[in-house]
Amino acid sequence: MTAAIVQALLSHWRTHRLLLATLLIGIALATGLWSAVQAINAEARASYAQANAQLALGQFDELRDPAGDIPLSRYVDLRRAGWQVAAVLEGSYRVGGRNLRLMGVDMVAYPALPAVIDAEQSTNPPDPADILTAPGRLLVSPDLAPLLREQNALPPILTTTALPSDVILTDIGVAETLLNKPGAISRLVVLPDQPHVLPPLSEIAPELERVGPASQIDTAQLTDSFHLNLSAFGLLSFAVGLFIVHGTVGLAFAQRRGMIRTLRALGVSIRRLVWLILAELTLLALIGGALGLVLGFFLAGALLPDVAATLRGLYGAPVTGQMSLQPEWALAGLAMAVFGTLLASGHALWRLSQLPLLAGPGLQAWRSSGSRRGFTGIAGFALIVGGVVIYLSFGGLIAGFILLGGLLTGAALLLPLLLSFAISQLARTAQGPVAQWVWADMRAQLPGLSLALMALLLALAANIGVGTMVSSFRLTFVGWLDQRLTSELYVTATDNQQGREVSDWLRPQVDAILPIRSVELEHETGPLFLYGVVDDPVYRQNWPLIASASDVWDKTMAGNAVLINEQLARRANLWPGDDLQFSPARALKIAGVYSDYGNPTGQAIVSMQQLNLISPGVETRRFGIRMDPGRAAEMAQTLRTRFDLPRQAVVQQAAMKAQSLAIFEKTFVVTSALNVLTLGVAGFAILTSLLTLWTQRLPQIAPVWALGLNRAQLSRLELLRSVLLAALTACLALPLGLVLAWVLLTVINVQAFGWRLPMYVFPWDWIVLLLLTLLAAMIAAALPALRMLRLPPADLLKVFANER
Amino acid sequence: MLLSIDKVQKSYPGGRPVLRDVSLTLDHGQTLALTGESGSGKSTLLHLAAALDSFDGGEITLDGTPLSPLDDAGRAVLRRRSVSLVFQQFNLIPSLTVDQNLSFHARLAGNYDPTWGSHLAERLGLSDLLGSFPETLSGGQQQRVAIGRAMAARPKLLLADEPTGNLDETASANVLDLMLSLVVDTGAALLLVTHSQEIAARLDRRVHLAGGHIQ
Amino acid sequence: MNVRTLLVVLLFLFPVASWAQGYADLGGSAEGFDVPQRGYQFDFPKDHGPHPSYRIEWWYLTANLQGADGRDYGIQWTLFRSALKPAETQSWQSPQLWMGHAAVTTPDTHYFAERLSRGGIGQAGVTAQPFEAWIDEWRMAGLDFDALTLSANGANFGYNLSLNAQDPLVFHGDAGYSVKSADGQASYYYSQPSYAVEGVLHLPEGDVAVTGEGWLDREWSSQPLASDQSGWDWFSLSFEDGTKLMAFRLRGGRGDFTSATWIDAEGTAVALPDGSASFTSLETARVAGRDVPVQWRVTLPDRGVDVEVSALTPNAWMATRFEYWEGPVTVSGSHKGRGYLEMTGY
Ligand SMILES: Nc1ncnc2c1ncn2[C@@H]1O[C@H](COP(=O)(O)OP(=O)(O)OP(=O)(O)O)[C@@H](O)[C@H]1O
Ligand SMILES: [Mg+2]
Repeated sequence: MTAAIVQALLSHWRTHRLLLATLLIGIALATGLWSAVQAINAEARASYAQANAQLALGQFDELRDPAGDIPLSRYVDLRRAGWQVAAVLEGSYRVGGRNLRLMGVDMVAYPALPAVIDAEQSTNPPDPADILTAPGRLLVSPDLAPLLREQNALPPILTTTALPSDVILTDIGVAETLLNKPGAISRLVVLPDQPHVLPPLSEIAPELERVGPASQIDTAQLTDSFHLNLSAFGLLSFAVGLFIVHGTVGLAFAQRRGMIRTLRALGVSIRRLVWLILAELTLLALIGGALGLVLGFFLAGALLPDVAATLRGLYGAPVTGQMSLQPEWALAGLAMAVFGTLLASGHALWRLSQLPLLAGPGLQAWRSSGSRRGFTGIAGFALIVGGVVIYLSFGGLIAGFILLGGLLTGAALLLPLLLSFAISQLARTAQGPVAQWVWADMRAQLPGLSLALMALLLALAANIGVGTMVSSFRLTFVGWLDQRLTSELYVTATDNQQGREVSDWLRPQVDAILPIRSVELEHETGPLFLYGVVDDPVYRQNWPLIASASDVWDKTMAGNAVLINEQLARRANLWPGDDLQFSPARALKIAGVYSDYGNPTGQAIVSMQQLNLISPGVETRRFGIRMDPGRAAEMAQTLRTRFDLPRQAVVQQAAMKAQSLAIFEKTFVVTSALNVLTLGVAGFAILTSLLTLWTQRLPQIAPVWALGLNRAQLSRLELLRSVLLAALTACLALPLGLVLAWVLLTVINVQAFGWRLPMYVFPWDWIVLLLLTLLAAMIAAALPALRMLRLPPADLLKVFANER
Repeated sequence: MLLSIDKVQKSYPGGRPVLRDVSLTLDHGQTLALTGESGSGKSTLLHLAAALDSFDGGEITLDGTPLSPLDDAGRAVLRRRSVSLVFQQFNLIPSLTVDQNLSFHARLAGNYDPTWGSHLAERLGLSDLLGSFPETLSGGQQQRVAIGRAMAARPKLLLADEPTGNLDETASANVLDLMLSLVVDTGAALLLVTHSQEIAARLDRRVHLAGGHIQ
Repeated sequence: MNVRTLLVVLLFLFPVASWAQGYADLGGSAEGFDVPQRGYQFDFPKDHGPHPSYRIEWWYLTANLQGADGRDYGIQWTLFRSALKPAETQSWQSPQLWMGHAAVTTPDTHYFAERLSRGGIGQAGVTAQPFEAWIDEWRMAGLDFDALTLSANGANFGYNLSLNAQDPLVFHGDAGYSVKSADGQASYYYSQPSYAVEGVLHLPEGDVAVTGEGWLDREWSSQPLASDQSGWDWFSLSFEDGTKLMAFRLRGGRGDFTSATWIDAEGTAVALPDGSASFTSLETARVAGRDVPVQWRVTLPDRGVDVEVSALTPNAWMATRFEYWEGPVTVSGSHKGRGYLEMTGY
């Protein structure tokens, strides 16, 4: 018996292939977009974890000198007092235009490194003598090896897959040569096995700070907000995809109502039917979900390189640009597909189970009534208010996203009410009978189209919101770059000594030499980079302050005050007038806060004298050079030859700006891609809804046709209707999008990145988006319109015929 | 001659001919009943006369206009201007109110007369229902709206296909009476498809369709 | 195998020839390293210090100690030096590598620790005058070689001891030129076999004041083992009558190679040639998954020695990066006394 019922149920799909395809595509799109984002997130997180494990980071306590590097003699002091510590010297190392992280570890003392073990286990293990003595060996990932092998001056390369792609691992003896820091140590790793008696650190090296693994920079934590952002977009796409599923499942049920009635009349219980349909839906969800996984995999593969570049650029987080397929990911994707499908079908299924045996086959009953419209309107309003209340009472990134979610879903639920109101207002102005009919018909169609229009609203609002955010950001960022990158040339000398020579040689030839010196300190909010600057008009004129006390520069340059970046200000809630604590003993008044985009960490600026007091040993290797821009290129070349500096050690302002902008552009590639995809999905939702409504259309069109409108006119009206609805939705999406942008700029960005941006509006972008939307609506309606055009009169006439 | 059907042939794709050789004329102000077995092609013939569909051979002339040269748009114009239709069901535009439905055809034809419209509504007992939507009306009420809409345009020719087929006897008699009296009052010609001998007997003429021919 | 094991295998492999990989390096040519020569004139205090031009070298101290309650203890303090190249530089890239081993053995427990370092930066090294040998906080130091203080720490033990030489240095083999195989591989080898020791052991159960006798070996070479030799058994025994015996057997595929030094009560040493001493394993114990002989019969017919040597505890396994057995022993039979036993390659 079950087999017979199943056969009957499934036979429906054979005659409704397009509907089946639509349903599967809906599930696949929802699952695909969601899974793609999940895969990207998982891949990135796995990369962080792997990198941390490979470099044995974040497992042990470390000793650091807040004033800078630790001298080798300190290491020996500690060792000879019994402290079991391992020395690490690291720095960034430029090779062929790429900034790599060079990590030199004492390979004799450092805890077993997976990367090294990996190399050991290779078919041709390295000789430890080669690793430890000159010239040494460099361990790198296979991607990096070719680049390094091209360089002549480097030690021989060993490859291992157990290293992040931007790290060079080597013995500390090699690192001090390559980084030109003989006898310097960046940090000391406190090894797990210590002798039973150990003198306190304060007796041996009081200047060193012991830092627990928790307070070391954690990439995963740093990038959390970025991933949350992506997840939110993935969820949005998923929701939009579910609209399609909801529409198609609803239609399939409506179409099969006659069959179901017959089956019930033949004695099949409704319970049994519901179970069978549930099973059928699950099967469809699995098929659609599998398709979605394939889609998601390729989508993620396509997006991952950009995400990886973003994460590297923005957070210095190591992410490989390659996808690997994880079974948990596939399972989660399928589960999401089933869950989403059942969620989207639950309503239809429930109504089916409530259906009286003898109810008519008409599709009219499927449509929701005006009172339901009112109810969803109230629910929408409640969601918006709820989101606002939650944000106001809790704050934080999660609450920010709840606010966004509330706004978006609330507005979506309000949409039918607003559209209906707008249409009835417009209908009043209608003169001719056709115009009157078009508006009335449009309003009558609303319930059937409202889900698709909600999807469109969300997609449009997201587009406007995110687009506004990105464009505002770009505008601000470019302006900020102009303010920040004021020097014509940036020079990095190989050491202090050369730094002095370079500045002595330059002084008579240029307008000003601005040393750039910094040191990494610990602050309760994380690492804090302290910069020292000399008093130069360029800072006073250009530095992008967003909050300042009076005489901000005088105070700062006199050594009485400090400037901090916006990230630090927001994270620690420190503003002009507050004190910034550098160490238990030392604090300075904050005179101003400056914007500092694209930098995840806290930063502060003091006068050069103050920096020397706080961290005496800071080296002076980097300079900004102010000069006639016309001579900059020539000077750069002269500097390179005269001081034998590598290309990347002398950078012109323009190159620096281009590089920064490139990183910026990459940052939002993914968001934009998801945006466009979401809009596409929404367009597809309109198409499915229109197709869904098609069978209901005939009884509505046939009388009009019989009364004297030809099919060409009717199909044009069909297009017009879709375009008008889309246009109305777009009009409502604009304010929603702007609210979204505002929330993104003033709530989400502040929480996620630590900076708040001014909002700029770009009406031209809106017009483009509107045209795009109308085009999408037109394309979505084109198929039904074409059908209308081709419809044989006989089919229309059937409506009037004496049959049920 | 208002309507002249001359040796018309019609068959549906893939089916045997429905109308083999049908000829028929109808003068201004005349009423004609068309009867026949179910499936004999009555509705088909009516649809052709109403310029709703094209035919395979012969000619139909409606108010002096031959139909066979017309394309889809031309036929639509003719429908708008020269004929009014009442079907068995789904006559009304669901998204418009009774009032809007009543006036729809007349406004489309460009000859809407509000006084005549409200007179019709009153006569058809629809005055209280003008703001309602078709969905909420009974079958008889719906058909009365359909007749009102048809007559609002003051057509020369009214084509009705079993307009009371879905109604019970009382409602059916009531609707038919209203229709016939309106036809008489406006001087319109009527082609009525019906199964009922009694109804047929009330019209000026009756023809019987069988085997694709008028008997 | 991680890098450190590899390092150890390659660099500190002299006693453990079964690690053939490292052995191949050491047993072959001297590759620019100096090689011991017969007739070398020792130059003190300079020769107490390191010899970077030789591949391998050690300062190896063991002591048999007793607490006030008569409980026996043993301690070990060893500093190995191994050179990747016959040179020294003052930087991380120094080719000199250092390894320390320390242990305390009680009748039931064996505590040990290990340290690694490279030369060139001051973390580990040896100076001759004043004498100091150190790695991390472990030290053996004194104004001269006759009066030293000794300290080491592990995760759960440590000791602070003083050493006072009672007799002159003893030179093994041919005036300190000690042959290690029939093929003629040799090392420079001298000892201070009679330090009076006193001090404190730090054990988990508390500090223990101890006194006893210590024996310090100094040895350096560049190619000490023959290619077939797989391990060794080395004895340093102090008898109650004041005489002492150092004897070892290098186990090889072509037969054993033995060597011994007899030291009379006045401290005069006589080297005894290959085959003078014989070694028989009487009993093995299962230690760290291997069968290790913990009771021996050692005979030296020339001197009327026929003794049984028994481990204080079979448990004295050094589970360091290369593993071996090193622990205190008691002697019975023709002579009674105490001493230390080292066994490698099991
Ligand atoms: N759209 C169509 N496509 C194919 N065949 C059709 C179509 N419409 C009608 N027919 C066929 O044409 C024939 C005539 O149908 P028609 O509806 O004109 O009959 P009728 O006389 O009106 O019958 P009834 O009294 O039941 O209304 C029937 O055999 C019918 O099956
Ligand atoms: Mg019919």
